[in-house]
This record gives sequence, structure tokens and C-alpha cells, in this order.
Amino acid sequence: MDYLLTDEQKMIKELAHKIAEEKIRPVAARYDQTEEYPWEIIKVIAEADLFGLFIPEDYGGLGASVFNLCLATEELSRACGGIAVCYAASALGTFPIILFGNEAQKKKYLPDLAKGKKVAAFAITEPEAGSDASAIKTTARKEGNYYVLNGLKHFITNGGDAEVYVVIAMTDKSKGARGASAFILEKGMPGFTFGKKEEKFGIRASSTRELVFNECKVPAENLLGKEGMGFIVTMKTFDMSRPGVAAQALGIAQGALELAVKYAKERQQFGKSISSFQGIQWMLADMATEVEAARALVYSTARMVDAGVKDVSKESAMAKMYASDVAMRVTIDALQIFGGYGYMRDYPIEKYVRDAKITQIYEGTNQIQRNIIALQLIKEMAK
Amino acid sequence: MHIIVCIKQVPETTEVKINPETNTLIREGVKSIINPFDMYAIEEGIRLKEKFTGKVTVISMGPPQAEAALREAVAMGADEAILICDRAYAGSDTWATSYTLASAIRKIGSYDLILCGKQASDGDTAQVGPGISAHLDIPQVTYVKKIEEVKGSVMRVERMTEEGYEVVETPLPALFTVVKEINEPRIPSLRGMMRAKSAKIVVWSQKELQLDPKNIGLCGSPTQVVKIFTPPQRTGGQILHGEVDEVARKLVELLKDEVI
Repeated sequence: MDYLLTDEQKMIKELAHKIAEEKIRPVAARYDQTEEYPWEIIKVIAEADLFGLFIPEDYGGLGASVFNLCLATEELSRACGGIAVCYAASALGTFPIILFGNEAQKKKYLPDLAKGKKVAAFAITEPEAGSDASAIKTTARKEGNYYVLNGLKHFITNGGDAEVYVVIAMTDKSKGARGASAFILEKGMPGFTFGKKEEKFGIRASSTRELVFNECKVPAENLLGKEGMGFIVTMKTFDMSRPGVAAQALGIAQGALELAVKYAKERQQFGKSISSFQGIQWMLADMATEVEAARALVYSTARMVDAGVKDVSKESAMAKMYASDVAMRVTIDALQIFGGYGYMRDYPIEKYVRDAKITQIYEGTNQIQRNIIALQLIKEMAK
Repeated sequence: MHIIVCIKQVPETTEVKINPETNTLIREGVKSIINPFDMYAIEEGIRLKEKFTGKVTVISMGPPQAEAALREAVAMGADEAILICDRAYAGSDTWATSYTLASAIRKIGSYDLILCGKQASDGDTAQVGPGISAHLDIPQVTYVKKIEEVKGSVMRVERMTEEGYEVVETPLPALFTVVKEINEPRIPSLRGMMRAKSAKIVVWSQKELQLDPKNIGLCGSPTQVVKIFTPPQRTGGQILHGEVDEVARKLVELLKDEVI
């Protein structure tokens, strides 16, 4: 399908495609095995200016476009969902600063993030606070010119490898959700350390760690927005970042589909290639149609976000939920087409299944996405 | 430091198809790319510029569509691009091509170094680089795999040989042809691609170069292509098994039979 991309958008796609094919695909299996953070690829992505895609020009970026971020993430994910998420998670950690940072905060943090000299991370999840984000226990108490943070975040993508963190902590527990605030933390701040690194089912090139705050002193000027805005920061950030997760899922699905078509053409059974069997053809046709439908939804949503449409919660949730569900179905079917070989690690397809699964879970499970969609639907009807 | 990099646009395939009547390459339907060996020359030129400051001028002789190859080099970091393009230059062999490129380089003026890929992936002659240096009467070092040291107007480089490598010192200006061991070409940046999109590609035709018609194009090409063909693939040899004495005896017999 032709999405009528501008010359610049075509360039971004072409560049990310080149990086994916020449630099990522040859090393994807190795990173999946070793679970090392892919610094060499992050450097390539940085030198190609792709970290600048989601950051305004005034701060060293190329113009804060969620759509451009999606195009790059999709192409990178075609080759490796794990490496792509290291990139996309930096966008997730950067959005709160773009959306709610004051001039000084933006000037201090965005230029290095735009150049990819540093990567960012976003931290809200805690052991007891997953889908129920209001249950977070990490606290921030004001002491003079500082906030003192205590608590634990876990499952933090880019945790330990990122230099810049946006952390949500409770400044006033009595106010519940309205008592949360967002802070910018830097690696190396006193009292800020890293805990366990998770061993994961998929996206194994990316790092997922615990963040530990033990009387961690954060300068008061690192408060994002105002006290009590923590959840607004989170929700608005997710509205911006969910199309990116959707693009990651889309890229994984597209990558698996391409591998499946290629394999079906090559694999000979009963004296002919299995792509000549209608049973396989119909599977491929369904997969391709679903991928295209997901793409249409993701691109439309990203364009809405860039156009400045005020409330995009519903569409963002739809894109994330649909694209990730498609990624799961398409990767599973792609593996089925590979048959027994597909189940083996020597072939690249089982990794796509593992990488796809997380997209149904993180940045809000797909059940939470359905809650968001339904809530908006009902709200709209009440108007 | 002013570095001139000579590049060629080639079809993206190692199995080039030849038109049997004209004995020339069939370019239709084949994507064009920068000759892979020239990518190393571009990268090395940009690295030298980044290290010593200066500029990289990239030049190519070819049809109008070769402009795309020059833009790609600009996206990687080349500063200026010149396309040598005229119907009068069509059909040039390596002699006429190196003459034409050398003449264009003379017109550019002063330079410290000329870099070329070791050969083009379509013609595979490896003659144009050395030819340019001969026409310009400057030193040439072929198959360079490492630039070891730059001391004022002298460069020390390592050149690949079949057995190992030689260390060669040469005064500048000089011409090097480079091998793939020299570096890993970069992926262009988005800013570079945007700059390349609007970059001015200078086009020099016969009007600007005013070359002697006897030395250019088909007429200026002493090479006569009689026939081009892909050599038949080598068939697998015969492997003898068994005890050493027996195998040796058998081998001698076979060689005798074949009168080798």
C-alpha cells in the first residue's frame, strides 16, 4: 500500500532499512543469545541521526515526529525487535522531558539524547504496581533544595545502560494518584543504583533492570512539571510512545511475514515448493492483510499525534493493542510455516515469536488498552 | 588536505549480463550502485578529511544517472561532486577513461591525494586508477590496505601482496587504489542524506573539458572487445582415496594418461 510518504520520510525508511539489513540482521542472533546491550548498533543508529527524529530542532533534533520515529522503529524491528526497543525505549524516556520539561531541563538533557550520546529510560513499574500504576510505593520527600527518593522500580527497559531516567515517585501518598510526581534522574546520582538484570523470553538484546533508590538526593530543579503531575506525565507520555510500541510490533510482524514467504518459496515438499499449496497461501494472505491493516492504523495514529490532535489516548491504545495482537498471530503462523525447522534456534523465526510477545504486555497490557478504548468510547457517547 | 575520490556506478550484481551483439553491459532492470571497492575509497577519503581537515571531492565519469552515485558519496560526507558526462565519452576503454578523468583532475587544480577502489566490480580491469596516475605523472600505490602515517607531504602506507604486505612511502600528491581491508564504509546520516538531496552536482562535458577527440570515447580507445563471455564453471576434480603408495602410483598413471 502506498502511504504517500514525503521524500524525507522515504529517506528515513531507507536509512533505517539499510541499518537493519547491513548492521542488525547479521548480529541479531548473537545478541539474542548473549543478552548483551547492543552498543555497537546504538552507535550506528546515533551516527545516522535517528535519535534526533523524536526531538525538536531547537534542541539538536530533527523535529519531534512520532511518525518518523515509528517509521524508523518499524524498519529496525524487522531485523531485531530487541535492538529496536533499546532505541524506542530511549524515546519513551525522552518524551516526558519534551512534553513537560522547562527550558533549562530541555537544554540540559535533549541535545545529548538527540545525538544518541546518551540513551534514556522511563521508570514507573514496581513489583506491586504494574497495571495498577497508582499502587507505586517509591517515595520522594522534599528536603531543602532536594527531593530524597526511596524505593524500587523494576522491569525498566534500558535500565543500567541509560544515562537519563524519568522516574515516577509519590510526593504525597495521601492524595493517591494525584500525589505522584515525575523526576529526571541521572546515572551516578548518590543513592541511585541498579539491581537485578532480568533474563527474558524475548527482546533479549535489550536490558531490563531494577532501579534502586536509597536516600537518593535529586536536585529540586529536576522535578518535571509540578508536584502531583506524575500520572499526567505518564499518561501523556504513553499517548506519544504507544504508536512506537505498535510500530515495533508491526516491524516484527513484517519481518516474520517476509521470512515466511521466502521460506515457503524455498521449501520443497511433495516435489514442489510449499508456497504452491493453498493451505500455505491462505495463511500468508491473512498474515499480509493483517499486517497492512495494522500499518494503516499505526501510521494514521502517528500522523494524528504529529498533527497535534489533543486527545489521542483511544487511537494510541488501539494501534498498540491491534498491532501487537497481529504481531503475535503473524509470528506464530510464520513459525508454523517453517514447520519443525521453525522451532529450532538455527532458524531465525522462533525469535520473532519471543520478541512479539512483550508488545502485548508492556506500556500497558492489551487488557489495559481495551479499558482505555472502552472508557473513551463511553465518554464520547456521553457528550 | 584535498582528497579526490574517483568512483564508478556499476550494476548491483556479480552476474553481469552482456548484450551479445554490442558486447556491452545490459543495464536495464538492474539497480545501480557505487562500485563496492569505491566505497572504501570514499570512506578513507572522509576519514582523512576528518583527521586532518580539508575537503573531499568525488568525481565520476558516466551517464547522467551516475549523479545518484555522487549524491550517495555526498551523503556519506564528501564535500563536492563532479560528474564527467558527455556522449563524446561513451564507449571509453580504460585508457580513454583514465585520460578523461586525469584531464578533469587537472582542471580541478591542486590536490594532495587521489583515491580509487582497486577495481570495478563490472569490468574488473583494475587499470583506471593506475592509468590516471600515469596520465598525471604522479606516484601510484595499488592495493593499499592501511594508511600508516602522514608526515607533511609524505605518506607511508601498507599495500597488500599475495604473500603479505609491503610498506611503501611516497611523496604527495599520489594516487592510491584501496582494498576492502582498509576500513568499513559508514552508513550515511540522515542529515547527510538531506544535504546530498539538494547538493549541487557539477557537470563537466566536452564543452568544459575541451579534450582531444583522438583520445576520448570509442575512437580514443585502443582496446577492441572481440568477445565477452562468462568462463565455464570449473567442474569438481577427482579425489583419490587409499594408501599413499597406491594413490601416488594411480596419480602418476592418470597424469601420464592426460599427458600432463
